Order: sequence, then structure tokens, then C-alpha cells
Amino acid sequence: MIEALQFDFMRNALMAGVLVSIACGVIGTFVVINRIVFISGGIAHAAYGGIGLGYFFRFSPTLGAIVFSAAAALGMGWVERRTRERADTIIGVMWAIGMAIGIILIDLTGGYKADLMSYLFGSILAVSSNDLLVMLILDIVIILLATLFYKELLAISFDETFATVANVPVDAIYLTLMGMIALTVVMMMRVVGLIMVIALLTMPAAIAGQFVKSMKKMMIVASVLGMLFTSLGLWLSYTLNLTSGATIILVSGVGYLLAVAVRPLLKRLPTTHLTST
Amino acid sequence: MLHSPGYEATTGRLAALGERPEVIAIRHLWAGYNHEPVLEEINLSVRELDFIGLIGPNGSGKTTLFKVLLGLLPPMRGEVRIMGKSVRQGRRYVGYVPQMVEFDQEFPISVWDVVMLGRLEQRRLLQPFTSKDARIVEAALRSVDMLHWRDRSISDLSGGQRKRVYIARALATEPRILLLDEPLAGIDPQMGSHIYELLQHLNRTITILMISHDIGAIASCVKTIGCLNRRLYYHGEKQITPEMLELAYKCPVDLIAHGIPHRVFPAHPMEHSPSPYPPASKPDENGCHD
Repeated sequence: MIEALQFDFMRNALMAGVLVSIACGVIGTFVVINRIVFISGGIAHAAYGGIGLGYFFRFSPTLGAIVFSAAAALGMGWVERRTRERADTIIGVMWAIGMAIGIILIDLTGGYKADLMSYLFGSILAVSSNDLLVMLILDIVIILLATLFYKELLAISFDETFATVANVPVDAIYLTLMGMIALTVVMMMRVVGLIMVIALLTMPAAIAGQFVKSMKKMMIVASVLGMLFTSLGLWLSYTLNLTSGATIILVSGVGYLLAVAVRPLLKRLPTTHLTST
Repeated sequence: MLHSPGYEATTGRLAALGERPEVIAIRHLWAGYNHEPVLEEINLSVRELDFIGLIGPNGSGKTTLFKVLLGLLPPMRGEVRIMGKSVRQGRRYVGYVPQMVEFDQEFPISVWDVVMLGRLEQRRLLQPFTSKDARIVEAALRSVDMLHWRDRSISDLSGGQRKRVYIARALATEPRILLLDEPLAGIDPQMGSHIYELLQHLNRTITILMISHDIGAIASCVKTIGCLNRRLYYHGEKQITPEMLELAYKCPVDLIAHGIPHRVFPAHPMEHSPSPYPPASKPDENGCHD
């Protein structure tokens, strides 16, 4: 690993893993506790429509992905909140349509599509210094929003009815969260690809949630776990010559399974004085 | 029922209550879902320091009534005013204790932070909580005897403890009116009497409106009682008349009177077969000193 670090692309890849893990830890926590993993997957896949649009009209596919995932996030968030029944069906439909639009547009675009696969499966080794700068800015925006609206985000996540009665602008906060998810998803596409985005978004937060008792701590632990998983996955993919995105996901998956296995053992300890009062 | 001993006292107190200002006014209210009314022609005047219990079977519109009072469901017809204001303006004076909060059992939040959310109304966007909020939260937790649980996760608590935390959260809003939805659902009798003692104490300064499907639970503590089943049968009295119950429950009422700790019916000869209801807790356990 040490000799690998002499390569720029390797240093950038490690840095990208760290930056993405921060956004993942913060946003993944909201995704897990609000149980909107499915919506997050929908946002990620609908983003493919934007990539196709970028190819077809010859502008940056990443820009297209941002626009499409933001639109999908707001649309799905709105459906989730406004439709009484079968919101998941509508979200599934949007998920599929977004993806299909992307594929058709790319079919219609002539010529060589070099880095198409990188959007699907990630290309952490191709992250440029510019990409890193964008990731840093997105991290700052996400941390800022999560800090400024922490109590409102906590309120709508825990008890939306109570938040409404307390005159919290629930819809606005919820759609802000959706927008933050969209930004995170696009950022993560570089690292693990849009197909595996939800895995990296949810697993560190899910592990953290088993061991800590506050949303803030859950974010911090999830971020650290994300850094651990991406770095370890990157090292494994380098030494074993495997696809980096998939290796990172597998490392996270092993971590998740270990946490699930370890947890029952830890749970026995603090229950002794629970029965008082 | 005119010969029931506590009756004159009750009416005397009610006459005094009648002069207190009206805190909730419900006039000709119709409410429901998808154009199907669940509540019809509800009229209710809640006055300051009232302690009203509304009973009704499941599906009688109790929770719907609360949703309207909290501004979560717009009325189909009629008008609701809280402290003389519209519901959206007036609900800031209302502390709401839900039957249960549907949340992820694993949700990472401490007892302290749950109650702190009661301060949201006072601290708008971008305003952090202050030390004053912390003092109010501390007092609220102490009043429900949960202060020593402040750092525990909400998922560690039993049903009764969680209910007390939600009461503390409602108190942290510094309410003038407390709305309680099934305050005793899923709570053992001992904890129940503790909660009722607390409510009677709170009623010295706060108006309370409470709904339940369990007549025995509610009757022993409230000042006045009413029946709800699409329509409201409420006359500002402590006792339920058999007529009210028959209208609300549409079942033979004499089955219900037995085995209830605090008699809500006038005494009548016990000539029927034993009550099918399990014997409720003894009156002195119930914690009510009415």
C-alpha cells in the first residue's frame, strides 16, 4: 500500500474515499432512521437518465446526473409525502423510467462511450483534483445544512406529527433532506457507481446505529466506518487487482455482518439495571 | 341519578367553571376522510381548568377529533377556535400526548433529546436551544419522575415510561391545554395510577382533554365526562347517563357499570349476572381522590 501511495491516482482515490465517507455518514444516518433506503436507490438510478442526457446533448454527464437526481429526489419526496397509498410503486416507476431514459439516450448517441461503465460501477481510481475539490465543497454544504437544521431534521425523523404541531416547516425540511441525498448520491457515483450507492450509503450508518444512542454520534461513527471501509477496500482491490467499487462494498458488507453477529453479545451487558422503576 | 351524593357538589363546581374563559370552542364541526364524515355536528366548549374525558368505542372518531384540534385534518364543516384563535395559531398553546409514537425501535435518541423537541415551537429555524430550554426540560422530566433516565435511549424504556416521557415533552411546550390520546393504553395499573395522580396535579394550572375507549380508566379521574361516537354526548357532568352510553356504544349499558372502580352510574340493584369484564383495580390503587 505504501508504494501505491506514490501514485497520484492512489492518493486521490484514498482522499475521495474519505470525503465521500463524510457525506455518507451524515446522509446515510438520515436515510437509515427515516427508512428511505428505497427512495435513495431510486434517486441513484434515476440519475442515469441525466447521464444519458449529458451524452446525448454533449454536456457534462455529471451535471446531467445532478439535475436528474435532484429532480428525482424532489419528485419522489413529494410523492412519498402526498400520496396516501402505494408511494413505493410510484417511486419504483420513477426509478425505472429514469434508468430507461438514460439507456435509450445513450443508444441514440453515436460514437465511443469510454467512461460509461464508470458511472455504473464507479471509478475511484480516476478521481481528479477537481473532483476532490467538488467533493470537499459538497461535504461542507452537507455538514452545514445538517448542523443548521439539526433539531428540525431530528424532529421530523423521530415524530413528524409532533413536528407539524410545533409548526416546523416539515415539507421544506423534508425536501431539503431529499436534495442533500441527491447531492450525496451523485458524489458517491464516482466511488462505487450508482448501482451500489445505497449499499455504501446505508451500511456504515446501519452499523453505527446498532451501537450508539444519538443521531450526532451515529453520523460520526458512520463516517469513520465509511473511511475505514473505503480505505481497506481500496487497498484490497489494489493488492488483489479487483474492481475497487465492488471490493469496497464487499468490505462494508463483511463489516455489517460482523456487527450483526457481535451485537447480541454486547446487548447482554447493559440490560441488568433496566428493570428498575 | 339526581339522588347520587356527589351530584350537587359537581353541579356547584360546574357553575363556577362556567365563568372561566373558553379555551377551545368547537362549533358545528363535521370532519372525516374522503368526504365520509367520521364526526358529525360536534359542539364542545372547553373552559379553562376543565378536565374532560371523552370515551367512545374504537372507530368513534376520537383520534379524528384530536387531529382536527391539532390542525392535522381540516374540518369539512364548522369551526374550531383555540384560545380564540384559528387552530394553526392556537395550537401553540396545546401540548399533545399521542397514544403512541410510531418510531423505529432502534431510533438513536435519548430521553432528554425527545423532551427537548418540545421546545421546537419556541426556537424557530436557525435558533439553537438555550439554557432556559434546558431548565424547562429538566423541570418537565422531574415532574414525570423521569429525570434520572435522561441519558437513556428512548428504546430502552417500557411503555409506561415512554408515555411519561411524551407527557414531559408536551409539558416542555409550556401548554395551556393538554390533549391526551389513550393515556393508559398498554400501561399496567400501578403506572396508570401514577399518571392519573400527575394529571390531577397538572390540572391545577392546565386544562386537560383526554380521550379513551376505556370507560373505567377515564371515569375515575376526570371532572366531567362525555361520550363520542360520530356525535358527541356531553353535558358538562361527571356522570354518564345510560342514555348517553346507549347512544354512544349502542349496547346494553348495565353490563358496563360493574367492576368499575369509581362509579359513574347511579347505584342500581345488582340483579344481573356477574360482569363479563375482569375486575378493575381497587379504587385506592387508582390514585384518584375525587
